Amino acid sequence: MSRMDKKLKSYSINIGAILVIYILLTLLMKFGIINSYYEVIVISIGINIIMATSLNLATGYLGQLALGHAGFMAVGAYVSAICTSHMNLPDTLQLIVSILVGGIVAGLFGILVGIPALRLKGDYLAIITLAFGEIIRVIILNLNITGGARGLKGIPLLTSFNSVYWITIIIVAIIYTLIHSRHGRAIISIREDEIAAESVGIPTTYYKNFAFSLAAFFAGIGGGLYAHYYTVLDPGSFDFMRSIEILIIVVLGGMGSLTGSIVAAIVLTILPQLLMDFADWRMLIYSIILVIMMLFRPEGLFGKKEFSLITLLKGKQHAFNPTPNSHGRSE
Amino acid sequence: MPLLETRDLGITFGGLRAVGDFNIKIEEQELMGLIGPNGAGKTTVFNLLTGVYLPTEGVINLDGENIVGKKPYEIVQKGISRTFQNIRLFKDLSVIDNVKMAFHHKMKYSTIAGILRLPSYWKEEKEIHEKSLELLKLFNMDHLAYTTAKNLPYGQQRKLEIARALAANPKLLLLDEPAAGMNPNETKELMETIHFIRDKFKIAILLIEHDMGLVMGICEKIVVIDYGMIIATGTPEEIKKNKKVIGAYLGE
Repeated sequence: MSRMDKKLKSYSINIGAILVIYILLTLLMKFGIINSYYEVIVISIGINIIMATSLNLATGYLGQLALGHAGFMAVGAYVSAICTSHMNLPDTLQLIVSILVGGIVAGLFGILVGIPALRLKGDYLAIITLAFGEIIRVIILNLNITGGARGLKGIPLLTSFNSVYWITIIIVAIIYTLIHSRHGRAIISIREDEIAAESVGIPTTYYKNFAFSLAAFFAGIGGGLYAHYYTVLDPGSFDFMRSIEILIIVVLGGMGSLTGSIVAAIVLTILPQLLMDFADWRMLIYSIILVIMMLFRPEGLFGKKEFSLITLLKGKQHAFNPTPNSHGRSE
Repeated sequence: MPLLETRDLGITFGGLRAVGDFNIKIEEQELMGLIGPNGAGKTTVFNLLTGVYLPTEGVINLDGENIVGKKPYEIVQKGISRTFQNIRLFKDLSVIDNVKMAFHHKMKYSTIAGILRLPSYWKEEKEIHEKSLELLKLFNMDHLAYTTAKNLPYGQQRKLEIARALAANPKLLLLDEPAAGMNPNETKELMETIHFIRDKFKIAILLIEHDMGLVMGICEKIVVIDYGMIIATGTPEEIKKNKKVIGAYLGE
């Protein structure tokens, strides 16, 4: 009985926290304390959280270094934008349909790339995924339907704070519960020791492709939200540097920590904006902070641990904990 | 019908015939030892039996079904579990999570049920949690359930690897040098553990070992290989007297 209560309590605390943050941000926007300039930052934080947590699934939990995440984002962005231009549904429904289509196509690309690439490990996989990201960008640059180098313009503005906030919450929640299920354990076992994983009956090839394409699917959704917020797509914004930026968020937050990715996404999205005043010094300061961070906390802000409101409120507990890492989640 | 039977099993790497004409029969609940000088091909036999290597010749029948060509994880699901010569644990995970991994294929709930945490998720996770603790208790390791695996002392790590292999519910357990790196006391404890496992879980065990005291002490039957070929099969007493075996170990 008491376990049931604990379960309910942890869910209500997390849901409560999510609602409080939502109401707080909505009110701040309504009263203009978060003006439209800051709103852009809030929304890019949301998109960056989606990108980072999904990459964390592939890199942090599955343990496969992927450098082409922006490629999947680009696929999702362009496909969903094209999808919207060929359909005419009510706004919210249109957004959901478009980003889902974008996500699914990106996920299919994930399978397509994953099947040959995931046979390799480490640096080899990194190079293959890097090459894939560049191939996608070059293809987009040369197609008519994507507008080529001129970019794709006139995408309707469908993404709002509401949609980004809730979709981010849903994606983070899905990755969290997945990781703490038997399927997530299987994914983590591959990171820990692939041979041992196979030897205890886990079909490693399946789970590698599964996690990799799921990460691509979420990246596609992130791309869809991006497309419908900025309303203009330029192939240049999905280049290698974008993949690296996402990877930096994951590494800085901690590979294998969702809350780490969230915090790092917030910090690394705001930081460059805060440094705007130092124009010339901006990238220098940003880089120095990264170097210092990696020197003193090479495992990232959170390592493999999760920040948890419940643990914070009550101190440690063991009881029934089906999970490799910590319990509960906070947003 | 024997539990496991190999017929003319062999593998050739390039021009090197690492194992050949390998014929053994393991009965249910039999404790068999596989010995031989370094480089004789003992671990290669394990890799053949567990599907890591694809044999170039021969048949492996488990319960009358040929398992040649099956993937390692499929063979585990069919009932052959193993441990490794150099311990392979999920080092950064807790002891109990190491064990839970091996229950993976026996759990049924789908990805969706796991993500949405449907009742089947809670039910099965609770079951597995309890089963894992029970299993650890058998090995007197339940108090270490939440310790990170890499922080265990060496002997305990070996034990955990065996516990994990057992969690997969095998009919045949393959132990690759379980006593490697153990002191005499730990080896003695291990011998008791192996006996205990066989009696408690009612499974057959095939073990590779260099510690002759251990092999002669617990195995009912011993297979000796040298240069990839079986040179003798028999009870410990017969093996001790066998001229070929003495020759292989000590030189002619």
